[in-house]
Amino acid sequence: MTTGVEGYMYPNEITLYWSVLIVLYPYITGLVAGAFILASLERVFRVEAVKPTYRLALLTALSFLLVAPLPLQLHLGHPERSLEMYFTPHRTSAMAMFGFVYLWYLMAVLTVEIWLDYRHDIVVMAQSSTGMKRWFYKVLTLGSNNISDRALAIDERVGWVITLIGIPSAFMLHGYVGFIFGSIKANPWWSSPMMPVVFIFSAMVSGIAAVMLLYMLVTRLRKQKIDMLCVDTIARYLFYMFIVDFSLEMLDLIHRIYEADESFRSLNFMVHTKLYFSQIVLQICIGTLVPIALLGLTQVLQLHEIVRKRIYVAAGCLTMMGIFAMRWNVVIGGQLFSKSFLGYTTYKMALVTREGLLMSIALTILPLFILWALVKLLPPWPKTAKGELPA
Amino acid sequence: MSVFKESGHLFRLAALYAVGTLTFLFIRGVLVPKSFGQYGHYRGNAITEIAAHPIHFAGHQACDTCHTDVQQLKQSGMHARVNCEGCHGPLAKHADDPSVQPAKLDTAKLCVRCHAASAAKPRGFPQVAALDHSNGLPCETCHKPHSPAISAGGAK
Repeated sequence: MTTGVEGYMYPNEITLYWSVLIVLYPYITGLVAGAFILASLERVFRVEAVKPTYRLALLTALSFLLVAPLPLQLHLGHPERSLEMYFTPHRTSAMAMFGFVYLWYLMAVLTVEIWLDYRHDIVVMAQSSTGMKRWFYKVLTLGSNNISDRALAIDERVGWVITLIGIPSAFMLHGYVGFIFGSIKANPWWSSPMMPVVFIFSAMVSGIAAVMLLYMLVTRLRKQKIDMLCVDTIARYLFYMFIVDFSLEMLDLIHRIYEADESFRSLNFMVHTKLYFSQIVLQICIGTLVPIALLGLTQVLQLHEIVRKRIYVAAGCLTMMGIFAMRWNVVIGGQLFSKSFLGYTTYKMALVTREGLLMSIALTILPLFILWALVKLLPPWPKTAKGELPA
Repeated sequence: MSVFKESGHLFRLAALYAVGTLTFLFIRGVLVPKSFGQYGHYRGNAITEIAAHPIHFAGHQACDTCHTDVQQLKQSGMHARVNCEGCHGPLAKHADDPSVQPAKLDTAKLCVRCHAASAAKPRGFPQVAALDHSNGLPCETCHKPHSPAISAGGAK
């Protein structure tokens, strides 16, 4: 039981109760918020260059949003009890209120926006497809086949409003995840009003990187040409977001160093020992500085298209890893030190248990399968006049 | 009005959400117990239900009534403030009817629940790595559980 304990730990601190699944929860939720913000760039801010990724970003957000509660369900057990959160919500519980934020985002924002954007295609597919698919699309039309120009113009306007509401909702969704950690005043590693802001910007970084990688991968799988203007624009926004995110994280760090409260020596020691690899090496160096430098290169140098693509893939993958490391360092790091500031424990990840490595890998891959199914049912790219995919 | 006509699908969506909300409220009405929230954020009836549960613990005063010798021995040792049922388990049935005998305790397993070595315990608290300390022998081989310190003359 004492394996991995150095110095003095209170009895309830020796075992980490928030496992790798709780790392996945903000990671997946962040991808949702980030992907949605990228989609809103086209819809609200009229960045036409990113249009090829608009629908893919929405479907990505939905796929990850459907999986977002699963790490919590698996961690807590008794998934049937999660409904109690909706039936008898406790207004002073941050997690209970998060259930409503989640539901709002899923039902009032994402589903409605996707439905409005796809309605024309759904009606067309309900008329052109056969068998079970026909019934599926017919149900999705809600019995209305009106795709007149006027009706579609109304959809466009309503969709715009939904996206506009969606932006603060996406901020709220992921800001809330940060709030849940930032509001734990007994834990100096978490307790910071900066936490929701840092979480939102890191979410945008990871979501934009994820959609950029998915777009490049899907386009390649479809044997289509990658729209370089689109990818260049996404990479530019990724670069800007990353700089803001990194600045905020550094601001938080500098503030902690200068303030140097009673927890500082203990936390500083932890960052230089137990968290050295995951925080300094993975998160800050390989997962932040390297991708920022790579993306910065593409902004100042005139690089060939192939080189830019490779840089974007490398920077995107490193970004995804860096943001995962950030979530890891927040969740796991916050449980490694004793609140007596006199000791440290160790997190040993299980392999095949309910909260083990294999389960987290499965949960990370699951949204990609859902996305694959969604893309099959609701293709995010326009069809040609013949109903074939564009050559 | 053509706007309303052209927005028919939006009304259908709104109706679907309204039906969903009503269904939720109906299920909530059926599933949430009527006494929920009567006194606080819990089922009001739970109080009388819990009060009706059979009592399992007798309390150390009941033990002291008959086991005066053990009580006196305990008071002189380190376990003076450890409740009888803390080790022996709930004994209300035994207190009601002394012919109901409590289960025999295995001290090799029982004592390490508190006394297994752990860095998280205060340094002054007696704690041992059981295998190194006694090689699996029952603790009562050397220690008297009711007064566990070993004096120069042997076990008390």
